[in-house]
Amino acid sequence: MDNTFTPIEARKPPSGAIGPIAWMKASLFSSPVNTILTVFFAYIIIRFVPPIIDWAFISANWVGTTQEECTKSGACWIFIKQWFSQLLYGSYPESLHWRVNLALIGLVAVVVLQFFLPQHLRRRVGWVSLLVYPLISLWLMYGGFGLETVSTDKWGGFSLNILLAFAGILMSLPIGIVWALGRQSEMPFVRVVCISSIELFRGVPLITILFMGSVMLPLFFPAGVQLDKLMRAFIAITLFQSAYMAEVIRGGLQAIPKGQVEAANSLGLGYWKTMRLIVLPQALKISIPNIVNTFIALFKDTTLVLIIGLFEVLSTIQAALQNSNWLGGHHIEGYVFVAFVFWVFCYTMSRISVHIEKKLDTGHSRS
Amino acid sequence: MSTQTKSSTIDSIVKMEKLNKWYGTFHVLKDIDFDVAKGEKIVVCGPSGSGKSTLIRCINRLEEYQEGSLTVDGVALNEDIKNIEAVRREVGMVFQHFNLFPHLTILENLTLAPLWVRKIPKKEAEATAMEYLERVKIPEQALKFPGQLSGGQQQRVAIARSLCMNPKIMLFDEPTSALDPEMISEVLDVMVELAEEGMTMICVTHEMGFAKKVADRVIFMDAGQIVEQNNPQEFFDNPQNERTQLFLSQIIDH
Ligand SMILES: Nc1ncnc2c1ncn2[C@@H]1O[C@H](COP(=O)(O)OP(=O)(O)OP(=O)(O)O)[C@@H](O)[C@H]1O
Ligand SMILES: [Mg+2]
Repeated sequence: MDNTFTPIEARKPPSGAIGPIAWMKASLFSSPVNTILTVFFAYIIIRFVPPIIDWAFISANWVGTTQEECTKSGACWIFIKQWFSQLLYGSYPESLHWRVNLALIGLVAVVVLQFFLPQHLRRRVGWVSLLVYPLISLWLMYGGFGLETVSTDKWGGFSLNILLAFAGILMSLPIGIVWALGRQSEMPFVRVVCISSIELFRGVPLITILFMGSVMLPLFFPAGVQLDKLMRAFIAITLFQSAYMAEVIRGGLQAIPKGQVEAANSLGLGYWKTMRLIVLPQALKISIPNIVNTFIALFKDTTLVLIIGLFEVLSTIQAALQNSNWLGGHHIEGYVFVAFVFWVFCYTMSRISVHIEKKLDTGHSRS
Repeated sequence: MSTQTKSSTIDSIVKMEKLNKWYGTFHVLKDIDFDVAKGEKIVVCGPSGSGKSTLIRCINRLEEYQEGSLTVDGVALNEDIKNIEAVRREVGMVFQHFNLFPHLTILENLTLAPLWVRKIPKKEAEATAMEYLERVKIPEQALKFPGQLSGGQQQRVAIARSLCMNPKIMLFDEPTSALDPEMISEVLDVMVELAEEGMTMICVTHEMGFAKKVADRVIFMDAGQIVEQNNPQEFFDNPQNERTQLFLSQIIDH
């Protein structure tokens, strides 16, 4: 033994790969309970998945244009195919569908811009696009200024759900922020007003607010002024959503240590600058998962506007099911389709949220 | 006990008179009379809960008081938000837990207030920030985030951040007590340098070596009162009050 230090050569970590049999033993049959569960779920899968696949794909009817051509035992996707345009655009004039498409493409572009622009451009271009896009899409959808007008009672289908949700999201975020800040205000009057209004809108089901919006809002306007039905739904949704957003953001605000505000104040930053530059960026960042959750909830809730007679995607399906050419009972196809579309969108949103979180996580915190 | 003379109160930069503060019903500051002359270095010590933090946090109005008067750099600190912000621009503060802004880089931490409060052009603010980072000896960390720095480095950044506002007074609230022992001196060195440059400093600290080295006056607080104040030599070698003697024996014993 001498005293020189001999470094041990670094080795690879032990390989985690094991054979399929060993893997099954370890993860599926490791205990009696585990074995029972495995067998149970295997039974469920074998019992139900093949019939579903058979119904949806193998025995499904894909080609044709009428109900009568649905001769095979599976799903009648012809129904969806024939109503597809209605499901997506409602009664929006067919020759003008490009305007809806453009609005939707713009929406995707704006969302993409927020995340994939380089940092220094994102601040400027990102915000401007968020402010300008709604105006442009409103113009595209409604018309005027050289475009043919399409009144809102023609808007409908899934595009209405998307636009309503996005407009609600865009409005409810700033309102929710102001509401949440008001809730923590040191001025008692502001605080009381904010708390009671938040609790009011949060404590009532959205359907009730929608009804109240469509019945009561007109009372506040002078006789003769007709507030658009879609506008009323939009206001109701925005208020409801903002109240939830306010609570989500409050959670984020409370998680920011008091020392942050004190440090900002001690540097001479006033209330608004402290909030804008120090508190909100941190609070919003930790609130992202919850903000996206409320967005997803809002997106699904837009189907509720069918209750006040707007033709969003679900009520379009219902109308289609009552069409005399399609009385063969295609409820399952209709609702499965709607469910699938919503799932795709909501799942995408939750993926995007994970992406944003990763992107924003500076990943440097050691403490 | 105060040895303040008339002439020194004239150019006093902080002036507290009969200041009283309550937290609810708890009387935390009692009849505080406290003057700080321009360029003076003051160390405040005392047992936990004696009101040291509260006292210095009154000076930049992180805490409000209920009775008495407080003037900082000629501005009366009252409810008037204009006055409060005017004072805060001139008073820097360093906290026990650094309170750097974790979502901003070190450089952004330093330039934030000059940009948004002093409205200094970005180029100029960054140049000044880099100067101060050199002075606290960590210019190479400028583009990192606070979470990537050690405690001692973070505290030096916090000091530089305050200095970027070019303050007339610096307040320190136990700047080294959250640090590991080997990092304490790197922070104290920066503070000593600052003192040598003539900055007016009010320091809450139990670093008695620092007090002996730079303080013009050491103040001992207990139960919301200023019990004794004197120059460091007298204060440590010849404490008058028995409360002070007990306190000094306790902190020197271990
Ligand atoms: N926000 C508050 N509300 C109520 N009581 C408080 C508050 N902040 C401080 N106190 C109380 O006021 C007293 C003085 O607090 P302060 O923080 O000034 O003490 P300190 O001398 O700085 O002590 P330490 O050495 O522990 O920092 C303590 O008894 C404390 O419990
Ligand atoms: Mg303290």
